[in-house]
Parts: sequence; C-alpha cells; structure tokens
Amino acid sequence: MLEITATTLAISGSSTFLAALIFVPLGCLIHFHDFRGKRLLVAIIQTFYSLPTVFVGLLIFMAFSREGPLGISGILFTPQVMVIGQVFLIAPIVTGLTISALSGVRPEIKDTAVSLGASTFQTIRTILIEARYATLTAVLVGFGRAISEVGLAIMVGGNISGYTRVLSTAIALETTQGNIGLPLALGMILISLALGVSVLVNRLQQR
Amino acid sequence: MFLEVKGLCQRYGDSEILKDINLDVKRGEVFVVIGPTGSGKTTLLRLIGLLDKPASGRIYFGGQEVTDSERSRLEIRRTIAVVFQKPAVFNTSVYDNVAYGLRIRKEKGASLRNKVTNALETVGLSGYENRIARSLSGGEVQRVALARAMVIEPELLLLDEPTANLDPVSASNIEKLISQVIQKLDTTVIMSTHDMFQGQRLADRMGVIMAGKMLQTGDPREVFNLPRGREIAEFVGMENILGGVIASNEEGMVTVDIEGNVIEGISNLVPSEEVYACIRPEEITLARARDSTSARNTFPAEVTRIVLFGPLARVEMDCGFPLVALITKRSAEEMELQTGTRIYASFKATGVHIITQ
Repeated sequence: MLEITATTLAISGSSTFLAALIFVPLGCLIHFHDFRGKRLLVAIIQTFYSLPTVFVGLLIFMAFSREGPLGISGILFTPQVMVIGQVFLIAPIVTGLTISALSGVRPEIKDTAVSLGASTFQTIRTILIEARYATLTAVLVGFGRAISEVGLAIMVGGNISGYTRVLSTAIALETTQGNIGLPLALGMILISLALGVSVLVNRLQQR
Repeated sequence: MFLEVKGLCQRYGDSEILKDINLDVKRGEVFVVIGPTGSGKTTLLRLIGLLDKPASGRIYFGGQEVTDSERSRLEIRRTIAVVFQKPAVFNTSVYDNVAYGLRIRKEKGASLRNKVTNALETVGLSGYENRIARSLSGGEVQRVALARAMVIEPELLLLDEPTANLDPVSASNIEKLISQVIQKLDTTVIMSTHDMFQGQRLADRMGVIMAGKMLQTGDPREVFNLPRGREIAEFVGMENILGGVIASNEEGMVTVDIEGNVIEGISNLVPSEEVYACIRPEEITLARARDSTSARNTFPAEVTRIVLFGPLARVEMDCGFPLVALITKRSAEEMELQTGTRIYASFKATGVHIITQ
C-alpha cells in the first residue's frame, strides 16, 4: 500500500512539476501578449480542461506503441510515459488557470507599478507576484487531476505491480477481482490526498 | 519652465476626452486642476504621468520634449510619482508596499529602511509595517499610497482626487497630510479635485477644466471671484447668475437690466451686450428695513425658503428675480426670518461680477 502511494506521488508529482515548469510560463506568455485569435485560443484551452483521460491515453498509446512515431523509445508501460501522458492531460488546466490567475490581478496594480517607476519587465514581475497564490492554485488543481485519473494510467502504464501501479489503477483492478477491503483503504488514501490538496487550494484562495 | 503641455488631445474611440490643453507649471508650484466629475482631470494626469500616450500634442519636462522611446519615457517616469483616486495596494505588507518604488530603483539596505520608516512616520502609519496592506481601511490605504509616492522623492507628484473616495473626516485628515507632505517634499505638485474649496486651500495656481477643455487658469482667488464664464461661475459656487442686458456704462459703472430690474456693477462692457451678473450668496446682506447703506443695490424681497446647515442659513428669495443669500443661522434667528417674511436684500456693485453670455 505504501509502495503504491509512493509511486502515485512520484509520478503525479513529477508530471505536475514538469507541467508547471512549461505551462505556467506559457500562460504568462499568452496573457501578456496581444495577438489575433487570443480569445479563441483561451476558449479552446478552457474546453480542454475536461479532456477525457482515455482519449489522451489513446493518443499517447498510439504515439509510443511499437509502430508509433515514438515507439523507438520503448518506454510504453513505464512510469516515464505515464508522466508524459499526465503532463499533456493537465496542460490545459495549468495554462488556462494561470491565464485566469493573471487576469484576476486588477489593472490598477499595473498602473500602480508603472506609476512608481517600474519598467515593463518589473511590471510583469509585480503582476506575477500578485497572482502567486492563484497560480499555485492552478498547479494544485492540475495535481489533483493527475493523481485521481485512471484511464490514462491503465492504458499507457499497464498497471504493473510494483512498477506502474498507482492508487487509482490499483483500486480499479482490486475491485474487479472482487476485493473490497484493499480498494477501500486505497480509496481512503486517495481521498485524503485529494482533500489535502483541496484544503490547500482553499487556503490559498483566501489570501 | 518645469512642465509644459502644448495642444494635448486625448480620445477614446469616438469621444474626445481632452481638447487642446495648454499648461505651464513652474518648479515647486502646486497646481490644482479643478473640474466636475468626468471633465477629463484623470485623463490629463495620466498623460502628464506618462501612463498613457496622447492622441496628439506635446509634453515637455525641463524644456525636453517627451518622445515615444520607452527608455526615455521610463527615465522621466522615474522622477514622477502618482497617487490615484482609488489607490491599489500590492498584496504584501505595508512596509513592502512603501518600499516598492525604492526597490524598483535598486535601493537596499539601511538607506531603504530609513526612508521607508520615515515615510511611514510622516503619514502616521508607524507600527503598521507588518500589516497586510489589503486589510487596511480606505483612509489608511490612501496614507500608504502617499507614503509610497513620497518615499521616492519625486520631482513631480501627481495627486488624482486623493480625497474623493473618503468619508469627510478621513478626507479632511488626508488633506492636512497632503499639505504637510507638499511642504516637506518641496516638490512640484499637480493635483486634481472636484472640490473647489480644497483646490483653493492647497493651490498656488489652479486651472478649471470642463468637458475636456481648460477654460481658465490663474491664482485661486482670481478663479474663485472672477470666473470667466457661466459654467465656471456655477462651478465655483456663484449661485446667483442672472441673465440680462447692459443698459448703460458710465466710466466703468454699468447698469444691467434684468427682466425690468436694474443692478449696478463694475464692468467695461458696452450697452446692449448680453451678460450674466454673478453674485456670490455670501456677498448679499439682508435687512428688515431699508437702511441707508453704501451698497449700490437694494431690492425688496420675499423669503421663499430657508435651509439651515451647520452655523449657516441659505435664504432663497424672490425680488422680481430669484436671489440666494448665505447668512449665519444666528442672524436668521435674530431677524426672525420665515418663509414669506418681507425683507431687503443688498449687495455692493463691486460684489457683482459681470461676464458676457
């Protein structure tokens, strides 16, 4: 049980970390630049918040299966490919919520920074700092989605015991095998992790 | 000249917000822009503060024209500080808010600490250093904004209606604080307000802006007593604005015919010119009987309404034309004024300000 929990945290933690590293800056880039089709792009990103996990699973599976374009890497059914899949899965949420976080900073903050002598770069930094809690929330919501999804994890991870078995896939498997006690316990762990994240998000949003 | 503004225009979409604004401000001067809400005061201050770019027109600082180059704009902007009508505070401590402008300018260590501490002391917020700025009241936020602006020792301080959003007590405290800060900094200040009296209390010179046009500039006394048009007259509290025609002019002593009533005043306008005779309500004295007086104008009147506020009474009368006088409440009581009381209203010829229609 501990091992499964540790694997879960390691995989979803890495994917969230990578997603934050790539998509928080991307969200900033989109927010601070005006270009044609910006609103459409943001709308599309928001549509992908509820991207079906099995669909991402299918795409990743196709890409990394032996005949697929990335099949040569041979990482299908490894934790690595699960991380890649989860990064794609939560990319829209992290990007979109980062944009929302930055848009949530009142325009007066920008004026204030500029009026006190901030350069363009310093102004952007100030707005980012103002949005720090909301941006962290974006990352945590992404983590919540990564940790609780099951479709992608089974399809590209393969639910290999002691290797790619995570809380959600373990629950699915044990339940179909007629066990009730173990999946219930795993479910409790998963729920308390999700609850922990949710409490954190709530606290941050009050700041 | 410290600041020159030439032919400044601004528009948003189809509407013209500012029309051909020309302005000179000397170093160390406190220039107050007064005008009603929506007249363009904020827009003008934002342009002078280099927060926006004008549709057309030029701004010069110390004789140097402001260009479009971001670098030179930033350089000038760093000598200016702005306090907005509704200041925003950064979601950090009071200390960090005040330190912001200094940190932007790469100041650190003991000198930064001293400056911030001094600024907080000046605005009366010592001990507030670690408070979260967002948890402060409106008046306290305004103090933080003032401290944040003064701490960078700006060459030009822009104050955009700094008391408009506050309750009367906070507003009066902030106004006192502003006049202290102005004295302490000894810097050039441009402030906007819709409060004529506040403008008069703080200004070395003032400009009246209405519907995007700078209609009159001059020292506060002049603007207050010699408004150049009907709109300005109304704005500066000339409650009695009577339309009429100049009937005669003998060596500057004119008579104005107002619907058959004749008012004497001082003007160089010629007969048959259509004018407004403006009289401040506090320039009018009331009497129960027609006494001999040096005042050139005395009219029998009937009180139509009395409104008391504080120690004053606003007496509305009908003397063939409507007239409003401002007297003390005590006088009104001693004269036993009531609606319908018949009295005499007098005012001096020099209290009549005559402007063309």
